[in-house]
Amino acid sequence: MTALLEARNIGKRFGGVRALQAVSLTIQRGEIYGLIGPNGAGKTTFFNVLTGLYPRDEGEVIFAGSPLPLGEPHRVAQAGIARTFQNIRLFANMSARENVMVGRHARSKVGVAGAVLRSRAQREEEAAISRRADELLAYVGINARAGDLAKNLSYGDQRRLEIARALATEPQLLALDEPAAGMNATETAALRGLIVRLRDDGFTVLLIEHDIKLVMGLCDRIAVLDYGQKIADDVPAAVQRNPKVIEAYLGTTA
Amino acid sequence: MSAGMNNARMPRNVQLALAVIALAVLPFMVSAGLGNTWLRVLDFALLYVMLALGLNIVVGFAGLLDLGYIAFYAVGAYVYALLASPHFGLHWPVWAILPLGALAACGFGVVLGAPTLRLRGDYLAIVTLGFGEIVRIFMNNLNAPVNITNGPKGIASIDPIQVGGHALAQPLEIFGVTVPALVLTYYFFLALALLVMLAGLRLQNSRIGRAWAAIREDEMAAKACGINTRNIKLLAFAMGASFGGLAGGLFASFQEFVSPESFSLMESIMVLCMVVLGGMGHIPGVILGALVLTVLPEAFRHGAGPVQQAVFGQVLVDPENLRMLLFGLALVAVMLYRPSGLWPDPRHRQEFNSR
Ligand SMILES: Nc1ncnc2c1ncn2[C@@H]1O[C@H](COP(=O)(O)OP(=O)(O)O)[C@@H](O)[C@H]1O
Ligand SMILES: [Mg+2]
Repeated sequence: MTALLEARNIGKRFGGVRALQAVSLTIQRGEIYGLIGPNGAGKTTFFNVLTGLYPRDEGEVIFAGSPLPLGEPHRVAQAGIARTFQNIRLFANMSARENVMVGRHARSKVGVAGAVLRSRAQREEEAAISRRADELLAYVGINARAGDLAKNLSYGDQRRLEIARALATEPQLLALDEPAAGMNATETAALRGLIVRLRDDGFTVLLIEHDIKLVMGLCDRIAVLDYGQKIADDVPAAVQRNPKVIEAYLGTTA
Repeated sequence: MSAGMNNARMPRNVQLALAVIALAVLPFMVSAGLGNTWLRVLDFALLYVMLALGLNIVVGFAGLLDLGYIAFYAVGAYVYALLASPHFGLHWPVWAILPLGALAACGFGVVLGAPTLRLRGDYLAIVTLGFGEIVRIFMNNLNAPVNITNGPKGIASIDPIQVGGHALAQPLEIFGVTVPALVLTYYFFLALALLVMLAGLRLQNSRIGRAWAAIREDEMAAKACGINTRNIKLLAFAMGASFGGLAGGLFASFQEFVSPESFSLMESIMVLCMVVLGGMGHIPGVILGALVLTVLPEAFRHGAGPVQQAVFGQVLVDPENLRMLLFGLALVAVMLYRPSGLWPDPRHRQEFNSR
């Protein structure tokens, strides 16, 4: 296996809060990589820095062999990293299909002139975008809801739709921020199946998750954050035994 | 597109033909039934339709609150005035000036857009409001040391639009029928308004339109989807401004006169009202909003006097004063009873929608 992503010494402060301190980690191509840690440990902040939504204070990320343009989210997406959000961020008043179609933006190119003139290239591209959106909706299992406004979908379906939208950007790395949060047992089981399928279909997955059982059973490797620092980085069984991790989770830190 | 229930069974081209006939005879009916004053109002209504459709791109599609939109109308109008009037002795042809005016307004749109990219909502509104006023004040003061705009006196004797060698300000004789100047203007404005509408519809249902909607809905998520939000927002400003500039050029040629006072903040607010009252982001609604808000104040203006005369036997309140009062009340009523506009996008209210 080869490294797809290598984060080096990522640092991020919010005023006095050091949300990330010299966090380094390496994600191999084709694996499911877990990122866990107590609430407020800095997991979401790491995602935000990685995807360019928050400017970083220190560090760099090498992705697929080249430095990632941190701070420019649209270029990060174009480079091949897509994400979902802990607090679902869909385009609420657009249909499920349109949400996924937006995900195709960076992989399509017709501009104003093409759109206004309805050029042949435009019509073909539009048809391809729509087709791909329908495929992806079917892939995550919500094709029956394609025409519904995103805000009218059930919670579980919204999470799936966010994944479909992320997939539409043709990512190499799919970063999921607590995808099982708020799901019932059935929905979680289905989500688990979906993540495994994603890995089998060649995507690399970076997974933040609170559900320890889900993470332990699913991930090839797990990094643990606590107070913005990485305290462990190993295979699940080893992480589970790590005294520092146990301490962090039991909250007995001095 | 959602067709109304009752005409769903009528073939599309029959609908289209009926619409064309209705639009073609409308000016004759207005002129015969209501007189030329109202025909003039109708011509102005078409200008406002173009303006409202332009602003709708910025406010309705991309969700960026712009209170200085009339500045682009002003730019288009002054470009026309400067290049086709005795002021500089230039008399360029319409087909050159109208696009140039749109282009100049487009440039201003980008200039305004660039520094406001990080702003949203109230802050954006304030900055754009300031921009609108700056443009107006420039128009007012660019008469010294070099006289460019002729200051508050404005520019007069602007060339009327010439189409195929015929000035729209002159009646035209076709097959023994005399088509009055105001009707010719109506046809020309209508054609352009329809083009603007078509462009708006096509943009809305395109990759660009979806990107605008995505930014309106959730800018952060839009960025994460690979949208260069900076460029796409600038594009919204530029497109909206271009339409405003086009309408401005038409305005200058129609009035044959421009002065800074036509481009006050009140005008920006009026156009914004058309968009909001009609149904933000929904093109048919925006058109309706523009028509209603152009016709309504005129109706109050012309109707308030005679109605008072009939009811009270005398004119108690000056129609001019009553006009704004009634207009304000009408706005409040619409916003109370139809908060998402007179004709909002049906999708935003429905629960289920299949393809
Ligand atoms: N936008 C922000 N502004 C200020 N502080 C923030 C912001 N985002 C996160 N933080 C702080 O950074 C720390 C890490 O938060 P977060 O990354 O959300 O944790 P996690 O996702 O692991 O629960 C917390 O102390 C949080 O309060
Ligand atoms: Mg979090």
